[in-house]
Amino acid sequence: MNAPCETPTRRAKDYRSAIAPVWCPGCGHFAVLSAVTKALAHLQLGQERVAMVSGIGCSSRLPAYVETYGFHGIHGRALPLASGLKAARPDLTVIVTGGDGDGFSIGGNHFLHACRRNMDLTYIVMDNAVYGMTKGQASPTTEADWRRSKLTPHGSGLRPFLPATIAFAAGASFIARGFAGDPSGLTTLLVAAIEHPGFAFLQVLSPCQTFRPEQKDWKQKVHASTVEPASDPIEAARFLQSDDGFALGVLYARRLPVWQPRNQVSATPADLEAAFLR
Amino acid sequence: MNERLTHDPGTAIAIIGSGGSGAVTAGLILLAAVGHTGYYGLLGRSAGPQIRGGESAAMLRFGPHPVECMGDHFDLLVALDWDTVGRFADELPLACTSMILTDARHDEVPAVLGGHGASVHALPWRDLASTLPEGRVNMVALGSVGALLGLPFEALEAGVRATLGEKGERILAPSLAGVRAGYASGVDLGLNPPRVSGGGAAAPVAARWNLSGNEAAGLGAVRGGVRFVAAYPITPASEMLEWLAPRLELLGGSLLQAEDELASVNMIIGASFGGVPSLTATSGPGLSLMMEGLGLAVASETPVVVVNVQRGGPSTGIPTKSEQSDLNIALHGLHGDAPHLVLAALGIRDCAATVEWGVRLAEHLQTAAIVLSDQILGQSRAIVDPLTDQPFGGAGQAPLQRVIAPLADSDHRRYRSTATGISPMTLPGMPGGMYTADGLEHNEAGTPSSRAADHLEQLEKRLRKLTDFDYGSAWAEIRGEGERVLLTWGSAAGAVFEAAARLRAAGSPTKAIALRLLAPLPRAALLDALGGASQILVVEQNQGAQCFAYLHSLRVLPGHASSYARPGPLPLRPGEILDAVERDQPTREA
Repeated sequence: MNAPCETPTRRAKDYRSAIAPVWCPGCGHFAVLSAVTKALAHLQLGQERVAMVSGIGCSSRLPAYVETYGFHGIHGRALPLASGLKAARPDLTVIVTGGDGDGFSIGGNHFLHACRRNMDLTYIVMDNAVYGMTKGQASPTTEADWRRSKLTPHGSGLRPFLPATIAFAAGASFIARGFAGDPSGLTTLLVAAIEHPGFAFLQVLSPCQTFRPEQKDWKQKVHASTVEPASDPIEAARFLQSDDGFALGVLYARRLPVWQPRNQVSATPADLEAAFLR
Repeated sequence: MNERLTHDPGTAIAIIGSGGSGAVTAGLILLAAVGHTGYYGLLGRSAGPQIRGGESAAMLRFGPHPVECMGDHFDLLVALDWDTVGRFADELPLACTSMILTDARHDEVPAVLGGHGASVHALPWRDLASTLPEGRVNMVALGSVGALLGLPFEALEAGVRATLGEKGERILAPSLAGVRAGYASGVDLGLNPPRVSGGGAAAPVAARWNLSGNEAAGLGAVRGGVRFVAAYPITPASEMLEWLAPRLELLGGSLLQAEDELASVNMIIGASFGGVPSLTATSGPGLSLMMEGLGLAVASETPVVVVNVQRGGPSTGIPTKSEQSDLNIALHGLHGDAPHLVLAALGIRDCAATVEWGVRLAEHLQTAAIVLSDQILGQSRAIVDPLTDQPFGGAGQAPLQRVIAPLADSDHRRYRSTATGISPMTLPGMPGGMYTADGLEHNEAGTPSSRAADHLEQLEKRLRKLTDFDYGSAWAEIRGEGERVLLTWGSAAGAVFEAAARLRAAGSPTKAIALRLLAPLPRAALLDALGGASQILVVEQNQGAQCFAYLHSLRVLPGHASSYARPGPLPLRPGEILDAVERDQPTREA
C-alpha cells in the first residue's frame, strides 16, 4: 500500500520551492527538508492540498522552502494556527514544523493540548537543543550543565524536557524519533506520521553545527529502537522510562478518537433569527 | 417621529433579591411579557462575583419606543428580600415619586438606599406563596407587579412560557399558579404606580426580537458569514460563545475551545487562511494576550474578527461589570505600524449589525477587526426590531466579501501592490496559487524580505487599503441637529441619544454623534459633522477620556471641545450627561 508509484507524476524536487534556505552549511534541517519533499512525493499528495505551518526559529523557516501552501506564523503558535486550519479545512494535509524552543518552551502549552486534542496533524520538531536564530541560548532540551550560552554561563541548571515522554503523558497517539543523519529512515518515519490518523509527533534529532558542534557525536549515539512500535500504553510507558533519548523509530502508535468538526449544514442564519422572535 | 415621544421615559423597574430568590428570572419573564404586550424593553442585570448565588438584580425599562439605556431612576423597586441590597445600593437610584414594594414579612427598607423619599408598600407575597404548592415568592411578586402595571395576564403567561417553557410542566405549572395568585392580589391593591406614558401607544404584537447583546453579536457573526470560532471562556463574553457553539454546527461550521487566548487568535488565523471567515470573542485580559496574533493577521493580511466584550479593568478588574476602557489597547495595542479596524457596537441590536459589518469589512480588506462591545450590552436583553438584510449596504449593493484571485492568473503574487491595496487571495486547494503567508516582512510574492523598498511598499498598501476604502454612512449614527454636539462611541450612545433628545425637546438644539467606526477614523466625515458646533462634549465610560484623547491626537476636535468621561461600573445615565452639559457651559463662556 505504501510502495512508491511505478510512474510518479510528482517527484521530490517538485515540492521544493525556489527560495534558498537561510540555514548554516551542515545544518541538520537540510536533511529534514529533503525528507519532507520525499515523503510528499512518496504519498503523491497534490501540492495545493498540503499546508506547511510553522512558528519562529531556524527550523520554522522550512515552509517557505516547500512548494505547497504554507504559513510562517509567530513564535510558539504554529500548532494552534495549524489546528484552526485543519478544523476549517479537514480536506487538507497539514504538517507543522518547528524547533525545540518554539515547540517546548514558548509553545509548550499548545504542545500538551495538541497531543490531547488529537487532530489529524503531523508535527515535526527539529530538536538541536539550542536557540540557533538568536545565536545560541539554552532551550528546554539543553543539558543542565551546558555553559556555552552567555545568558546562562553556569548552565541552565534545569533538567531537560523529555519530548517523547511528555507527548505520551499528554495523550499523543503517535510518537516517533528520527535523526537528520539517517535521511531514508527519516522519510519512512515521516510517511508513517502523515498517514497516522490523528496527531503524529515526530522528534528529529537535527544537529546544530554552529552552536552545538559537539552534536557531531550524535551519529554514534543514535540507535534503532529495540522495541516494536508499542500500541499498549503500559508497554510504551515502560520503554519511555528507560529511553536514553537516542532510540530511533516509531516509539508509540495507537488509534484514538480524532477531533474533527461536524461539517453538515442543516440550518441557515435566518432559521436562527426566527428563534429570537417573541 | 414626534420628539416628545422619542424620549418617553417609559417605566423603570428594579427587582432585587439574594442569590436563588429568582429576581433575574422574574425580570426575564417581565421583559418577555412587555414585549408580548407590544412594548420595547431593556433588561439589565447586576450580579456579584459569586460563582453561584450571591445578590442579583434585574433592571427593566420599557415603553412604546425602543429603549436604549437605563433611566435616571427607578419608578418601582421590587425587593424580594433585603439580605444583600447593600452590595448594589448605588446601582438603584430612586426618586421621591418612586414606589418600593417589599414583602410584608421582611424588615424595613434599609437605610443604605438613601433619602429618596419613595413610598413603601408591604405586600403579602410570602404568605400568598405559602398557600400554594411549590409556591415561589418571585412569581407571586411578579404577578402583583404585572397587575399594578396594567399588563394583561395573557402577556405574563406568555412571558412565563417563553422563559421557563424548556424546563417542563413540573416547573411551569407552579410558576403560573404563583403569577396568577399574585396578579389577582395586585389588581385589588388600589396602588397607582407610574405607568407607561401614552400606554395606548403600545404596538400590536409584532415580530420583534428578544435577545441579549452577546446573542446579537453571535448572530451578527453568522450573518456576516463566520463559520469557524475558536475561543477561551471569559466573563462577560462567554454567552456569545455558548450561543454560537451549537448553532455553528447547524450551519456546517464549528467552534473549538482553545487552551488559551494565544491559541484562539492563532486558530482563527489558520482557519481564515483556509478560506473560512473566522472570529473569536474575549474580554480585556484575553485581548491583551491576542495582540501579537492580531499583528500577524495584519502583516499576513489574513482576515479575522475579535469581539471584545469590555469589562472593568485594568488586570482582572471587575469581570461582571461594564466599562469602556479597552479603546486604547484596541487602537494602539499592536506593535509596529499595524493598521487595522476598530468598531464599536452602539446598542444591543447594533451588536448584530456592527459585528456583521466588522466581519464583512475584515474579509474584504483582509485585515484584523476588533469590535468593541461591553458587559452592559453583552449581558443585557432587549426587545428590538429585527435587523433588515445587510444593515449597512446600499440598495442593490453586493455584500462585501473576500476578493479571491482568478485561477488563470499565471503571474499570481499574493501581496501584489494594487491600486486599492487589496491583493486578490488564493486559498489552499487552489492549484497554482501556492504561497507562504508570513509575519516576516515580505515582497509582493510573499518571500521574506528586509529590503527598505519592500517594507515601504507593503506598509503603504496595508494602510492604503483601509484608508482609501469608502465606508459609506455607517461610520456613525447621527441624530438631531444643533450647534451643541454630544459626541460618543459604543455603548454610551444610548444614554447620549436620550440626553440629546431631552435637550431638543426642551428647545435646545443638540446633535448626537455616536462613532461606530473608530479606526481608521473617517476624519473628513467627522469634521464635516462637527462643522460649526459651538459646544462639543465627548462622552465615554472610562477614566482616561480615551476617545477624547484619540480624537485630539488626530486633530479632529476644536480647542473648546470638552470631555465627560468617568469609569464604570455604574451605567451612564442621561441625567448625568445633562448635568455635564450644564457644567460645561460656563467654562466655555469664561
